[in-house]
Amino acid sequence: MRASVITFPGSNREGDVARALRLAGAHVSPVWHEDKTLPERTDLVVLPGGFSYGDYLRTGAIAARADIMDAVRAHAERGARVLAICNGFQIACEAGLLPGVLARNAHLRFVCRRQHLRVERTDTAFTSAYASGSAIDVCIAHGEGNYICDAATLERLEGDGLVAFRYCDAEGHVTPEANPNGSLNGIAGIYSAQLNVLGMMPHPENLIEHLAGGIDGKGLFESLMGAE
Amino acid sequence: MKARVTVTLKTGVLDPQGKAIEGALASLGLAGVTSVRQGKVFDIELASTDQAEARANLTAACEKLLANTVIENYHIGLEA
Repeated sequence: MRASVITFPGSNREGDVARALRLAGAHVSPVWHEDKTLPERTDLVVLPGGFSYGDYLRTGAIAARADIMDAVRAHAERGARVLAICNGFQIACEAGLLPGVLARNAHLRFVCRRQHLRVERTDTAFTSAYASGSAIDVCIAHGEGNYICDAATLERLEGDGLVAFRYCDAEGHVTPEANPNGSLNGIAGIYSAQLNVLGMMPHPENLIEHLAGGIDGKGLFESLMGAE
Repeated sequence: MKARVTVTLKTGVLDPQGKAIEGALASLGLAGVTSVRQGKVFDIELASTDQAEARANLTAACEKLLANTVIENYHIGLEA
């Protein structure tokens, strides 16, 4: 698999996600936001975490208008895959790759801690390596992760099975107490209608080695390697 | 020509920052504040002297960047 990891001014997780992809066996190309085109034969575009443009205006708003994003949109429209993590998820929403908005956390605090996620479906290119209904232990680190959208969009996401991950407790129960930021229905990640774009606030790239405290993030990268 | 664009959260969208400010005003003993909603103001200078053209440009600026119309409304004020 050939992955292109986009770096914007203020991105800071591009190295970690590139490492996670390489360890899973992917070929990784770094791409600068001012580039107009993606490397040839890019299978996967990654929008990494960070604080692009210092979160000025709205999180992800300015990066979403970067030169490279037209190529990323065209890539997604062809049905090719995009993985958007944390600030990348915010950028993807602002760019119209995914519906909704990541608003300020309901309690106003930046959260940086371990968090369980329920894997809502395991029949996608991003999650096939996970056990169905499993609660995985990953990291979250964000101040604007409160997923909101209008009622019709929420109904479509839920009805079409486009919720990828929900915040849950260690047993996999989605409860208000397990919701770290006020997201609607505990949403931590969503898919596009064709299941080729995944946006998620948590950082799977943080937990790929026992040395770092866990390996529950690995499944996502292994799933992508196994996908056609 | 000068313009002032204001961007505000739509009714019903949770505004935790506005709520925190509301609470701070209450703690200062300022009576009678029943609600605070926080927004953004952009003071913009335009080369154009044509009102219609300026308004069209600013509308495009709001739709493309200044506001996220999923959760925000915008208002364009032009100075004569």
